[in-house]
Amino acid sequence: VSKFLTVAALTATVASGIRLSAPFLLAALGETMGQRSGVLNLGVDGVMLLGAFATYYTVLQTGDLWVGVLAGGAVGLIMGLVTAIVSVTLKAEQGISGIGVYLFGLGVTDLLFQKLVGTPRPISSLPAFKIPLLGDIPLIGKMFFRHNVLVYAAFALVVVLAFVLNRTTFGTNVKAVGENPAAADSLGVSVTRTRYTTVLIGNMLAGLAGATLAVELGIFQQNLTAGQGFIAIALVYFGAWRPTGVLAGSLLYGMVAATVLAWKSLGIIPRGASDLAAMAPAVITVIALVVVARRFRQPAALARPFVRGL
Amino acid sequence: MVATKVTRLWKRSRGRLRVGSLAPVIAAVGALVVGAVMLWALGASPLHAYRVLFQEAFGSVDALASTAVKAIPLVLVGVGITIAFRANVLNIGGEGQMVVGGLTATVTALAFPRLPAPVLIPLVLLGGAAGGALWGGIPGALKAYFNVNEILSTIMLNIVAVQVMNSLLRGPLLDQTQVGGLSRVPQTERLSHSADLPILIGGTRLHAGVLVALIAAAAAYVLLWRTTLGFRLRAVGLSREASRYAGMPVRRTITLALALSGAMAGLAGAVLVFGSESHRMVTDGTTTGFTGAAGFNGIVVALFGGLHPLGTVLASFLFGGLLVGGNALQRAVQVPSALIVALNGLIVVFVVSTEFVRRRARLRPESPEGARDVGPGPEPAVEPEPLAAGTDLVEP
Repeated sequence: VSKFLTVAALTATVASGIRLSAPFLLAALGETMGQRSGVLNLGVDGVMLLGAFATYYTVLQTGDLWVGVLAGGAVGLIMGLVTAIVSVTLKAEQGISGIGVYLFGLGVTDLLFQKLVGTPRPISSLPAFKIPLLGDIPLIGKMFFRHNVLVYAAFALVVVLAFVLNRTTFGTNVKAVGENPAAADSLGVSVTRTRYTTVLIGNMLAGLAGATLAVELGIFQQNLTAGQGFIAIALVYFGAWRPTGVLAGSLLYGMVAATVLAWKSLGIIPRGASDLAAMAPAVITVIALVVVARRFRQPAALARPFVRGL
Repeated sequence: MVATKVTRLWKRSRGRLRVGSLAPVIAAVGALVVGAVMLWALGASPLHAYRVLFQEAFGSVDALASTAVKAIPLVLVGVGITIAFRANVLNIGGEGQMVVGGLTATVTALAFPRLPAPVLIPLVLLGGAAGGALWGGIPGALKAYFNVNEILSTIMLNIVAVQVMNSLLRGPLLDQTQVGGLSRVPQTERLSHSADLPILIGGTRLHAGVLVALIAAAAAYVLLWRTTLGFRLRAVGLSREASRYAGMPVRRTITLALALSGAMAGLAGAVLVFGSESHRMVTDGTTTGFTGAAGFNGIVVALFGGLHPLGTVLASFLFGGLLVGGNALQRAVQVPSALIVALNGLIVVFVVSTEFVRRRARLRPESPEGARDVGPGPEPAVEPEPLAAGTDLVEP
């Protein structure tokens, strides 16, 4: 353990924890928007996979990382449109339709990867951007201010979404639609338009979360996300539907993951126990769900389609 | 005379036939059309591909036997999903429950290597069901007593299950002959011969697991519609409030619904181990490596089968064929079988996008919104049992 408690190891772990939490943060913030308006999107993992593949493949073809990231976001938007049609317009059972989207994403990305790429080829990963001055602060600079742009964007988004939800008319509408769509509707707020907007934003962020994974890892493989999208959904509950709560959850998750990785590479965790260590995040999540469920209430209309006049 | 009778019967049945009951057919056709577009985009002839798929799935005795074998876990998981769904609980944890069921069944077989087949087979099946019941009962109890959304907890327990499997198969349960070897395939030793599920038709892979699945489906039907417990499950599914006023133990029923659902999935896990050709439990590090994604596909067949055990059996046979035929696509038209996973996803989306599921299961009575929302003020603070997260997912 003493190997882990060196300054260098700790700084590296914190830095990697922040980097690892970015995809969770993007996906979970997107999911928060949807859930606050009353739409449960369980397809996040599938959309992340599609976004990651779109990014990977575009970068492979064009060599341009930013075009790739855009492609990831665009695929997210398309899936958002599908999700919105299914969940909002067709009023499907959201607890299940999302599993369908997940399976679709899982299958299609595997299919396309095998068919279009075949043998895995790495793409260049996004370079870190050192923020001037701040990045030069000893230790702190290394931990917080030498990441790639997508990581900064993910963290900035917490502030943006907190502001949108709490300080704008649109945010108030989103919350009203999620709590009492009939009342919102009677006051002239379009439930359908509000939910379409949040679902589109949410899925675009899920696509970008996938893109972030792809450009950080520089590769794609079957089931690249390994369930991260589902964990992102759990983080929304963990964060009690608040952007700041989601931030705390994502950071915790990233830090735990980074610590486990560091301990593994330092040999602190014996080989046999590494499988058990890998289940720690899921177990923590279940416990967190119990705690949160006792204290916070989910949006009252969550996963309930709105039918006017009933 | 006969002709008029037939016409009358047809007319009457047509009167009853609404668009809703055609929904699964529409969904399947829709998915096949999208699948055809995908095949075409990948440079394969859709017609040829589908012909190969059908031929390989249903074209011969061998094909039918393989299809039936693939259908076994789907039937079991699907029937389990149906039970949970009828009680208004969504079980997304079939994958994890299958894995744990497979593990407990394996441990049971390892513990009693000397028992004769007539004793050992039922015992290992029970072992599997018990493991699955435990893995389903945990989220059930968390939902009933701690208000935890079962969708999330079952998904998290899937993640936990796969790690338990990996650590057991790489550690305590590892085949001793693998220990010294270089590759160390994470698998158990060949399990007791007495635990092998007997082959029903010589020369094929059709084993007694088919009977297990059919018996389980029949049992689920009897349970749901011929017993008090089944009535309670369905009553709780229709209205938790009304059931509580009627004096039913709502929390216990919810826990039981997920435990029973998990038991079915656990049984599926056991059948996978003892009906496999290698007669041992192997892991490739993922759940789907063991389950073949049956935990998720079980949701597909349950929905497709109208959340009824009989429908689930028929749907499983169909989807079993899709899986068998899908494997043949790789050889015949060079399209990876991942296409089938994508198609299954589409079918789920298509089926739930129709009125079908809601109407069939009557999960959403006529007024899906309102009643409680426009009630006198917010009342969660004084509600005796706060509605669980998952509750709101399907209850008005």
